[in-house]
Amino acid sequence: MRIYIDPKIEQRFFRAVLWLFTGVTVFILFFIIFYVLKRGLPVVSLGFLTKNPVEMGKAGGIFSTIVGTVALTVLAILIATPLGVGSAIYLTEYTRENWVTRVIRFGSECLAGIPSIIFGLFGFILFVTKLGLGWSLLSGSLTLAFMILPTIIRTSEEAIRSVPYAYREVSFSLGSTKWQTVTRVVLPSALPGIATGVILGVGRSIGETAAVIFTAGSSLHIPTSLFSSSRTMSVHFYILAREGISMANAYGTAAVLIIAILVINVLAYTLMNKFMRKYC
Amino acid sequence: MSRSFHSNSRFLRSLSLLVLAGFIAGCGRGSAQRGLVVAGSTSVQPFADHWAEVYMKENRGRVVNVQGGGSSAGIQAAREGAADIGMSSRELKPEERDLLEVVVAWDGLAIIVHPGNRIEELSLEQVQRVFAGNITNWSALGGSNHLITVVTREEGSGTRGAFQELVMKKNRISRGAIVQDSNGTVREIVANDPQSIGYISLGLVSQKVKAVRFDGVEASFENIEQKKYRLIRPFLFVTKGPPNAAAQQFVNFVLSRPTQEMIRHDGLIPVFKE
Amino acid sequence: MNRLERNEKLTRLALLLVAFSAVSILLVITIFIFGEGTPVMFRYGLQKFLFSLDWFPLEKSYGLLPMIIGSLFVTAGALVIGVPLGLACAIVLTEFSSKRLRRILKPIIELLAGIPSVVYGFIGVVILVPFIRDNLGGPGLSVLAASIILGIMILPTIISISIDSLEAVPRTYREGSIALGATRWQTTRMVMFPAAKSGIIASIILGMGRAIGETMAVIMIAGNAATIPRSLLDPVRTLTSNIALEMGYAAGEHREALFATGVILFIIIMVLNTIANLTSKRRTP
Repeated sequence: MRIYIDPKIEQRFFRAVLWLFTGVTVFILFFIIFYVLKRGLPVVSLGFLTKNPVEMGKAGGIFSTIVGTVALTVLAILIATPLGVGSAIYLTEYTRENWVTRVIRFGSECLAGIPSIIFGLFGFILFVTKLGLGWSLLSGSLTLAFMILPTIIRTSEEAIRSVPYAYREVSFSLGSTKWQTVTRVVLPSALPGIATGVILGVGRSIGETAAVIFTAGSSLHIPTSLFSSSRTMSVHFYILAREGISMANAYGTAAVLIIAILVINVLAYTLMNKFMRKYC
Repeated sequence: MSRSFHSNSRFLRSLSLLVLAGFIAGCGRGSAQRGLVVAGSTSVQPFADHWAEVYMKENRGRVVNVQGGGSSAGIQAAREGAADIGMSSRELKPEERDLLEVVVAWDGLAIIVHPGNRIEELSLEQVQRVFAGNITNWSALGGSNHLITVVTREEGSGTRGAFQELVMKKNRISRGAIVQDSNGTVREIVANDPQSIGYISLGLVSQKVKAVRFDGVEASFENIEQKKYRLIRPFLFVTKGPPNAAAQQFVNFVLSRPTQEMIRHDGLIPVFKE
Repeated sequence: MNRLERNEKLTRLALLLVAFSAVSILLVITIFIFGEGTPVMFRYGLQKFLFSLDWFPLEKSYGLLPMIIGSLFVTAGALVIGVPLGLACAIVLTEFSSKRLRRILKPIIELLAGIPSVVYGFIGVVILVPFIRDNLGGPGLSVLAASIILGIMILPTIISISIDSLEAVPRTYREGSIALGATRWQTTRMVMFPAAKSGIIASIILGMGRAIGETMAVIMIAGNAATIPRSLLDPVRTLTSNIALEMGYAAGEHREALFATGVILFIIIMVLNTIANLTSKRRTP
């Protein structure tokens, strides 16, 4: 026979427990951000952002790593976006739901779940070694592009699907072809949603370390060509922190990283909100 | 709206053509494109980085990219062409002898403990037994009653290879040892864990850690030069075949007298004796 | 067919090829990894590969068992920490707090998912490892440290998807239950939670996938000793760290063994992802 507990008391107890856990969770998550920012922001100055690392990063700033991060991310986006948006267009506009679309979507989901170290392994052996591209922006951006492709496909597909069918109907009734409809009506309307996906991809690229360190290398020099090696901020932070080269600079780099990701996510979120408000 | 997107797509098209053109133009994989790639030992890396800094300052326009990864990784990279020069902090193994090597400096190997550790010196046999996992408590060495935390490098490390050859000899390093992948990380751990012991490049020993006397000899440069401290290993630049032009210039620079002076100043043993 | 129709057909074909890019990339990666990894698994002996304790690659000994167990322990530990905290957070934010609070906190929590893993690892090294070493013993670099940090890392995933699942349950469920006189907790426990169960399970499995696949943070705090940990305070090495530590210099058969490690990881994660997908699809629309 079950012991009877007054439901109100039971609720009070569990509510307390749940709120406690939630408090702990929120505290931990915020603590991490504030801890890094508190120690890192004082280090970040205009000089820090514009000077190159000196003595393996013990002194100087992080300029070359910022350049490396931007270069790598831009290249990755340039490769992944056409592929991703194109895939999304095909999946929504040009075909019905059938086994082909299911295969494509399954492939994309699987790609999304592969751990970054496997991308790093793949990129290192294929791009750096076998294809002879060496540790370079090219190897790094190709690997990163593969990693963010599923995100762009997923968000673009959702964005394109959300565009009301009426828009397309009107376009067709005016005599345009499917491609014209897609490029002149659907895509512009879906742009905020697509942009959200791209921005999320950017966020992921910036924070990625395992895949980048094995494909783009860790050179402290400003990259001069697609075949130059380059260090990203995440890699720089990793190296500084682990080797104890300069804790202050490590915190500074981490602070810059966190702020960048915060800004990017806020951007993505507001864009997504604007998009949803338009269509929901 | 439609017109802007159409011109957008045209813009995108020309942008991608530009990128493609840049790609094809940059396809020549010479050192001119990507700079000289020097990769490998994490022991050599900070020094190579310094040499590269000075080299690039004195020769504006030339680019040298230094990467880490470990000695074996550097040797691999040199063999596979990912690097122009591989850095190694251990002797080449027999199966690697098909590659060309140049000794650019000598470096000591230091056994390090936490600065607060009571232990000041260890014998060869003691070090062997500690790293093999046979001695597990500091008290057996005259220290406090605490378990020893053994820290070692990864298997492909030149430092580990040198340590294995010079110290452990036929004994295997304990499986239960903590593994880290660079000198700097080993130093950080030993600096923070009072019960730890590890080995790093002598040139990287700092105030944060204490190098113990090995077989009664203090780990110092004088003792190495006087051949009293026996744990030394070469810093090698390894190339597949004769170094290419850019690589040769860098090698010459590193072997030149002013650089070797700088090397002594940085804490390594230069190749040339006075 | 006229020019317009031909162009349309070409466009369609071009887009189909583009759409297959995702699949082909996946195929290339899969074929590559399996191609490089499986021969050595069978040449060396699958049983020895999976169950031998000796990982001495330079002596041609490739036993993965310590790393498999390492990954398992660390992931289990991460779930022990991440699931209760994460679910509690999700439940509180959907059932026991105002909509406004949820609207503020949820994006912030999702934002935390974007923090690079190396930052988490760093916090582990700087705060957690010394704490464990000084107060609980051992080197600090341990299963416990890795589990805690990984648990924290998967919190945003679990919270975010669980909130989505709970929000997706029709309001009528909750309202009907309250109308029958149940307290909010009873409603949550007996109605909302079971209704959202498949989505919540999917979130946990995805969190598990993220924990298993994490590399950088683990290398920083787990100690990487290639033995089976005998306690929470012992160092441990995971499958991912194994690959990362040795990838740079592995050659020949050793390199193939690392690919084989990748194959094992791959299979584990594919299985997890498929289960997650299936359980979330089973949700009633």
